Amino acid sequence: MPPADSAASSRLPPQLLAKEDLQALLDALRRAGYRVVGPRLSQGAIVIDELTDIAELPRGWTDEQVAGQYRLQRRPDEAYFGYNVGPHSWKQFLFPPQATVAAAERTAEGWELRTVDDQQPPYAFLGARACDLAAIAVQDRTFIHAQYADPIYRRRRAEAFIVAVDCGQAASTCFCASMNTGPACRQGFDLLLTELAGAFLFEVGTPRGAALAAGLPLRPADEAALAEAAAVRQQAVAQVSKQLDTTDIRQVLLGSLEHPRWSQVAERCLSCTNCTMVCPTCFCSSVREVGDLSGEHVERQREWDSCFNVDFSYLSGGIVRNQIRARYRQWLTHKLASWIDQFDVSGCVGCGRCITWCPVGIDLTEEVAAIREEPA
Amino acid sequence: MKTAAAAIADNPWLAQRARIARVTPEVPGVATYHLRLVDAQRHAQYAFQPGQFNMLYLPGVGEVAISLSAGAEQQGTWDHTIRAAGSVTRALAQLPVGAELGLRGPYGAGWPLTECAGRDVIVVAGGLGLAPLRPAIHALLAEPKRWGRIHLLLGARTADSLLYPGERSAWERSGLAAQTTVDRATPDWTGNVGVVPLLVDRLAGFDPARAIMFICGPEVMMRYTIRSALKRGIAAERIWLSLERNMQCAVGLCGHCQFGPAFICQDGPVLRSDRIAPFLDVEGL
Repeated sequence: MPPADSAASSRLPPQLLAKEDLQALLDALRRAGYRVVGPRLSQGAIVIDELTDIAELPRGWTDEQVAGQYRLQRRPDEAYFGYNVGPHSWKQFLFPPQATVAAAERTAEGWELRTVDDQQPPYAFLGARACDLAAIAVQDRTFIHAQYADPIYRRRRAEAFIVAVDCGQAASTCFCASMNTGPACRQGFDLLLTELAGAFLFEVGTPRGAALAAGLPLRPADEAALAEAAAVRQQAVAQVSKQLDTTDIRQVLLGSLEHPRWSQVAERCLSCTNCTMVCPTCFCSSVREVGDLSGEHVERQREWDSCFNVDFSYLSGGIVRNQIRARYRQWLTHKLASWIDQFDVSGCVGCGRCITWCPVGIDLTEEVAAIREEPA
Repeated sequence: MKTAAAAIADNPWLAQRARIARVTPEVPGVATYHLRLVDAQRHAQYAFQPGQFNMLYLPGVGEVAISLSAGAEQQGTWDHTIRAAGSVTRALAQLPVGAELGLRGPYGAGWPLTECAGRDVIVVAGGLGLAPLRPAIHALLAEPKRWGRIHLLLGARTADSLLYPGERSAWERSGLAAQTTVDRATPDWTGNVGVVPLLVDRLAGFDPARAIMFICGPEVMMRYTIRSALKRGIAAERIWLSLERNMQCAVGLCGHCQFGPAFICQDGPVLRSDRIAPFLDVEGL
C-alpha cells in the first residue's frame, strides 16, 4: 500500500540537516537496505540513477528548459537540487521499462505456466518533486485498483521510501500550479527537504520517515530558517509561468474530437513517442514472447509501449488509429479528459516533460488553448 | 513459483493449463475449440457470464482474446469459436486435439441477461459475431418463460458462412424466431439478400417499448443496426453491443483497448449503446 497521507497535523516540527550531513541521510537509507536512486548527470542531462555518494549529485548545475530544448548550465552557487525535472521519472523504478511477467516451460504433457516474482530490492527515491509525488499518486490508481493490481508495481510501491525535495525554481515548461500538484510538496513523501543556503529544512511525513530520521544529526529549525524555506518555495511559485486552463476540460476535449486542430498538430507531430516515454503517468505496455532456440522455455516480457506507435491499436481488421491525427488525439484526450472518467483524476501533473522532450516542441497547453479558442 | 488459487487473484498474468478436448469445424476458416482445464477441479469450478472472454495463450506465439461461445452445460467443455486470422489463431488452428495451451479469464462485462426479464429480446449478429452471443441464446432458451419473444437476426457474407446451421434449427424448435441474410447470394440461396440492419427495419413481432437488443458483428454493421433499432423505437439504453479492440493484459493495466473513456477489457466488451454513443461514429478512435 502507498504510504499514508502525511497530514500536517501528524508532522513533527521542521528541523535542519546540515549540507554535509546529506551523506548521513544517504548512508542511513543504504544501511536500511534501500537502493538509493536520485539525480545524476549523464549525457548532458540530469537523469535518475543509483547514488552511493552525495558527490554524485549534480551539485552546482541547473537546467534550462523550453519547448523542444533542454540545456545544462552552471549555477552561481553550489546547490544540490537547483534544477527541475529531467527526462527520467520515478516511473521507471516502480513500473520498469522491461520486466518478465510470466514464463512457460515445455513438459512431457504440455506446458508448465508460471509467473515470475520481482527480485528488485526496495528503492529509496532521493529528490522527488511535488509533480513527481502527484504522478506516483496517479499511477497508484492505475496499477493498484480494486479488481486487479500489477504485482511488480504494487510491491515496489509499498516498499519505496520517498525523500522529496521542494522546488526553489520553475522551468518555463512547468505548469504544476494549473494542475494543482505543486510546486510545494504537500503529501506522499516519507521525508521532505527544502534546500536553504546553508542547510536543508528537514520535515518528516510518515512514521517510517521518522524512524529513519531518528539516527540523523538534526537540529531544530529556527524562525530564520523557516522564513528562508518559505521564500525558497515562494520563488518557485513566482516562476511558474505556464498555464493550462482545466475548466470543464473533459467536456471541452471530448466534445472536440473532430476539431481541425488535431490535423494541424499532426502535421508537426512525428509520432516519435518521446512524450509518452518521459511522461511520469503514461502506463501503456505490451507483452512479447521471448523464447529460447529450442522453444522449450518461453518468457513473457512486458515493455513500455506508446499510443503513438502505429501498431499499438492493431486489430485483426486493421490499425484502428492509422493516422497521427488520431494518435495525438488519443494521447491528449486520454491524458486530460478520459483519464478523469477512468481514474477520477487528471492524467497530467503539469511537469512539462512532454513539452521539453518533444523534438518539434509541441506544447500541450497550447493545443488545449487552441481547441478552447475555437470550439469545433 | 506460485500455483495456489490465491496467486491467480494476486497475479493477473498467471494462466491455467487447458487442453483441446475436441475441435468442431464450423464455417470455412472457423472452428470451435472445446477446451478442458487440465486441473479437473478448476474445470468444474470455472464459471462465466455470456459475453465474457478468455485470453488464450500459446507459449512462444502469444495471447489472443476470445469470447466464450458455449459453457460446459452444453457439451462439458468451455468452447471458443475462432477464425484463423492472426498469428495466434493460425497457430491454434495447427494444434492437434490433446494439445495444451494457457487460459486466463473470464474477463469483462457480459450481456445483461437480467435486463431481459419480461422483454422481447432481439439478438443481432454479423458473421462470427454470433459466437459471443451464443451463450446468451443458450441462457435465454433455457428459461423461456422469463422473457418475451426471442428473435435472432443473423447476417453473413455468404450462405456458407452463416454460423451454427444445425444448432440454429434446434433453437427455432425451442421458440427462437430466426432470420438470416447474406451479402452475396449463390444460385442455391433462396433467402434474404442485404445487410443485417435491413432485417431490423422490417422486423415484426416485437414490442419496441419493451424490447432489448444485443448486437455483435463488424463495427460498421453495429453502427447501422443501432440506427435502425432507434428508428424502430427501441431506446438507446436497451441496445447493447460487444466491441473489439486490441487486448493484451485483459485487466485494465496495459492501455491497449481504450475506446474513449472505456477500457473494453473491463468496462466492455459488452457496452450499452447510449454510454458510448458520442464515440461510436468517430473515425480512428
